[in-house]
Amino acid sequence: MSIIVFSENRSEKIKKSSLEAVAYATNISKNTQQAVVSVSIGNVPNEELEILAKYGASKIISINAPEWQTHDSQAYAKLLNEITEKENASTIIFTNSNIGKAVAPRLSVRLKAALVSGIVSIPSSYSPLTLKRKSYNGGAFQNVQVKSPKAVLTLNPNSCEVVENPQAVNIENYTPNTPTNFQTKIESTDVTSGKIVLTEASIVVSGGRGLKSGDNWKPLEELADALGAGLACSRPVSDEGWRSHEEHVGQTGKIIAPDLYLAVGISGAIQHIGGVSASKVIVAIDRDKDAPIFKYADYGIVGDAFEVLPRLIESVKKFKNI
Amino acid sequence: MKILVCISNVPDTTTKIKFDDGMKSLDTNGVQWVINPWDEFALTRALEIKEQSSGKIEKVSVINVGPVSTEPTIRKALAIGADDAFRIDCEPSDSYTIATQIAEVAKNENYDIIFAGIESSDCNSSAVGSMVAEFMDIASVSSVSSFEFNNSDITLKREIDGGKETVKIQTPFVAIVQKGICINPRIPAMRGIMMARTKPIKVSSPVSTEALSEALSFEVPPPKADCKMIDAENTDELIELLHSEAKVL
Repeated sequence: MSIIVFSENRSEKIKKSSLEAVAYATNISKNTQQAVVSVSIGNVPNEELEILAKYGASKIISINAPEWQTHDSQAYAKLLNEITEKENASTIIFTNSNIGKAVAPRLSVRLKAALVSGIVSIPSSYSPLTLKRKSYNGGAFQNVQVKSPKAVLTLNPNSCEVVENPQAVNIENYTPNTPTNFQTKIESTDVTSGKIVLTEASIVVSGGRGLKSGDNWKPLEELADALGAGLACSRPVSDEGWRSHEEHVGQTGKIIAPDLYLAVGISGAIQHIGGVSASKVIVAIDRDKDAPIFKYADYGIVGDAFEVLPRLIESVKKFKNI
Repeated sequence: MKILVCISNVPDTTTKIKFDDGMKSLDTNGVQWVINPWDEFALTRALEIKEQSSGKIEKVSVINVGPVSTEPTIRKALAIGADDAFRIDCEPSDSYTIATQIAEVAKNENYDIIFAGIESSDCNSSAVGSMVAEFMDIASVSSVSSFEFNNSDITLKREIDGGKETVKIQTPFVAIVQKGICINPRIPAMRGIMMARTKPIKVSSPVSTEALSEALSFEVPPPKADCKMIDAENTDELIELLHSEAKVL
């Protein structure tokens, strides 16, 4: 039996979240004596694929035919079904990303395998497989037991420590039998190059209504630049059109889990906290000392954002010698 | 053409979440129930598309899997503007069983476009829409933040890492939508509320299926330690703490 990890890449690099998924699979494999097989779709150089072996994959299936490089959820589910059969897999692991959310549920139906999504920690039992997952927008966790012979899992960020577990490199270039008659046709792709992707950023700087107007974002952008951070905002800010909805983090926006989340002028409505509570460390800067955000923050500064930000930018630059 | 919108009945998102029955189920005392926010976005956009379709889309229906207690939420969807509703009369257990029920209706009633929210605010599974598509063996597009319907020609935009993709698709398919799909969710007007009273809710029994997973218990996150306050003049100290204490810089 084996455990399959669907690994994702961006700009020919394996994503950090996918290394977490390999580490997660390795954890299960050690407790259940199964091999870890990683599947990579797209043009990823062999040197980069080898990283998957470093974290525990004893086999790497690489699919780099150009027709597979655009994503069609229906076809991807069939492809993963094909590989599950080929590798006699018991468990298929995705990250809880756009693609993971699109493909994992379809695969679970094909395999008649339980889907457990949004997993936050290593299994509490391996037989039967029992997992802790996020529910109520982070207001609670749910313990779920798998009842089916196979299982499909999706992992939230930071669900597992990434530890090395080097294996011999074994890359198999694979040509799938699944047909590529995709029902979806990609007309165009619009990606802002160089922009830090919020769901992958290790630091996120975020602005709220306390900044008073969309014209006041300059200092926040400077802070984000100095920290190498992604830039986000609260819901009122995107609802007012001060910033694009793509930057909205919170319950109905993006759910993020960076190492450091720095909230400026955000009062901390429960819906906002739902989107950021998985952050390792939260820093809040707000003029209202009674703002609920301070109940969730690890470090806080009570003060006017327009006075604190320039000083904070200077402190960051001093620290980074820039 | 007909659109079906999947509706989940969830606690109002400001609810303080508590559990009873040995942490096995939600304490529903004092809970206000609402349409899942993402499903509300989906319903709003479905209605907008219907209105702009010059009659090409003849109706928008909603479907909910739940006991009779979910009917106020279904009525709200009808008051917002859905033409009719289905309720599959059973307790929703896992995503697999819910999707089984929805796919059965969508298939039998020949719906062309099925809308689902990307997740529900209670379960956060991000599963039902894609599962419905797989049960029906039709296409699905997830993370959809724009849906244009021009003379039966359909163009979607979906979120990808750091950007968007423009996708063309033919019916039938499932659109799994997220923020951005509509500007503001519609709220029921008085006229809509009056009309909703006479709109049909077709109640049917569930088809047999088996749950593939079992929810054992809930846990609440441990309380957070007190926030360490730093003087507004002393941003150097904050950076130092983030570096040496929190180790995130």
